[in-house]
Amino acid sequence: MIRIERRLEQPLWLSVAVPFAAVGFSFLVMAAVLAITGHSPIDTYRRLFDAAFIGPAAWTATLQSATPLLFTGLAASVAFRMKLYNIGAEGQLYIGAICGAGAAIWLGPHHGILLTVVFMCACAAGGGALWALIAGALKAFARTSEILTTLMLNYVAGQLLTYLIFDSASPWRDVSTVQARTFPQAIPLADGQFWPAWTPGDYVIPLGFLIAIGVAVGLTFLFRSTRFGVEMNVIGDSPRAARYAGMRTRRKILAVMGLSGAVAGLGGASQVGDFTHVLDASPQGLQGANYGYTGIVVAALGRYNPFAVCLVGVLIGGLQNAGLFLQGPDFPSGLVGVMQGIILFCTLGGELLIRYRVRFGSPARAVAAVDEAPPASSEIAP
Amino acid sequence: MILADVNNSFLVIVLAQAVLYGTPILFAALGELLAERSGVLNLGVEGMMLVGAVMGFWASQRCPGPTALVLFLAVLTAAFAGLAMAAIHAFLCVSLRANQIVSGLALTIFAGGLGLSAYLGNNLGLADVPPAHQFSNIDLFGLADVPVLGPVLFHQSALVYASIVLTGVVAFYLARTRWGLNVRAVGESPDAADTMGISVTHCRYAHVLVGGALAGVAGSCFTLSITPGWTSGDSLVGGAGWIAVALVIFSFWRPELCLFGAWLFGGLSGGLPAAIQARDYKVIPMFFRTPEFLNALPYIATIVVLVVIATGWAKRRLGAPAALGVPYVREER
Repeated sequence: MIRIERRLEQPLWLSVAVPFAAVGFSFLVMAAVLAITGHSPIDTYRRLFDAAFIGPAAWTATLQSATPLLFTGLAASVAFRMKLYNIGAEGQLYIGAICGAGAAIWLGPHHGILLTVVFMCACAAGGGALWALIAGALKAFARTSEILTTLMLNYVAGQLLTYLIFDSASPWRDVSTVQARTFPQAIPLADGQFWPAWTPGDYVIPLGFLIAIGVAVGLTFLFRSTRFGVEMNVIGDSPRAARYAGMRTRRKILAVMGLSGAVAGLGGASQVGDFTHVLDASPQGLQGANYGYTGIVVAALGRYNPFAVCLVGVLIGGLQNAGLFLQGPDFPSGLVGVMQGIILFCTLGGELLIRYRVRFGSPARAVAAVDEAPPASSEIAP
Repeated sequence: MILADVNNSFLVIVLAQAVLYGTPILFAALGELLAERSGVLNLGVEGMMLVGAVMGFWASQRCPGPTALVLFLAVLTAAFAGLAMAAIHAFLCVSLRANQIVSGLALTIFAGGLGLSAYLGNNLGLADVPPAHQFSNIDLFGLADVPVLGPVLFHQSALVYASIVLTGVVAFYLARTRWGLNVRAVGESPDAADTMGISVTHCRYAHVLVGGALAGVAGSCFTLSITPGWTSGDSLVGGAGWIAVALVIFSFWRPELCLFGAWLFGGLSGGLPAAIQARDYKVIPMFFRTPEFLNALPYIATIVVLVVIATGWAKRRLGAPAALGVPYVREER
């Protein structure tokens, strides 16, 4: 006899402990999978951990994988906090990359690096925000489901990216040499336009990662200490209460969508400025990486808390980087995706324990429980 | 001879390709439609398709026997693989009341081209193996030589015919049977359905699972019929799962409209771009002839449909199931 009843209060320790327990549990599940398929779990885990988090080279690669996930994760957490399900970080990141690269190409190599970075970021954030606002405006004025419109716009953005490089004579496309005309590619950034990185010792910390941390700090301030943040929470929890209180829901939807898109767009600029130094439209490039979708998962794992999102982003980034590094005969490809999936499923299942209380007992005690706790209990097993 | 010329013409070839490429989209969309009609949004279609694709191909390689039997078993295996994937989503969303969007995306990552499907395919040694069996085109009723309609509708594989029959079955089920009406009640108003004595949990489980099975079959269309063989990565299914999600909306959650929508979308993502590029249509501006524009068209059309059905009248007549995406918790109604 199992009963599930809603918790009146969600204790803080539980909302911290459950995700950790879920991640731990998922590693146990994965160990079982590994053992069944004939790999040694302990050995695999040690090599995975070494490749992700031991030594400067591992950390450099991990931060590179993590940076875009931080941006898309933060973008998703902004919107999801208001129960605005923007799953369009993927497309907004493409548009950010297009605008960021366009800004660098238009500006040319003869300006200072500070101006270049700021201009690229501004254009990318603006572009991402505008792309998100298509779905935002449709949600605010026509009440279409933002889940579906943002999902559709991801594909439109992907096709736009391909079009600009492969099927048009756009200003992004490199037509300077015969080779570039035959095998389409974008104009690369000039050497002086590469984003600088902070290098303490042998570690390389990309500028984009630092910007993402800055964004996380800003968002925490926004959520905790501003009227805007409070109103976001109210609208998310109860749109009706928000309307009675005179909050302007429509404006808030537009603002939050724009903010979410801007953060995702910054991720696109960082991808171009920090790492690839060219707008990569190939199927293995931006479009093959699934940064946006993974970001949603990162946001969910971090329970939409900016700092937790950064932490989870580094963890998942490490996992991805290690998977790529170790790929070979005794570390089959696909294992990393399976591990990410299992972590997610366990965390999602664990959410139940935070929001509800699971009780084992007889029906007689169930009646007594109803008396002491106002919300009625439901019975899963008859 | 004139008949043969018509049937080799550009238009007929494109139409036949549209039906061929539309078939996996149709299977997946019908499955997604059933799940959504019961109130569960499953964004893991692409992942379920990829797992169905790899397991279907595996079964077709390993089973001994005559081709027809092997292919039947392969499709069945693919259906079970898809069903198993959907079971995870159903358990999380229905029993554990998890967020359906996050769970669906998690399923895509878990099962997708960088996850389980790649793991299975590589572990089972399926990469770039020549296919042992594949679906061949059947001349149905001996009508394959009829002008235009012959090659388009009567000279296709068994999967195509099965998908057309299935559309009728699903349409009849939803509109004319007691169970079908119950599903619609659960999707529109689970409280009312629960009060009537319908088990919301059982209903949602059943339809999410069947939806997964159909997505698995859809995946096997690629590895057994369209491009026989298995290659690692996302490109195998190439976004057909997301097009299926779009198609359910585009067809206003109606199975009969799904059929034509699937062929339309199949044409736009399959044969048409290459065919148009091969010929020089000066009348159409360059931009509208690029494959990118044609590929993006299904998504743009779906956004337009979303805006249309958001308006008052259309919302009631054509709109989404009212409880789509909302977990049902009996004590909180």
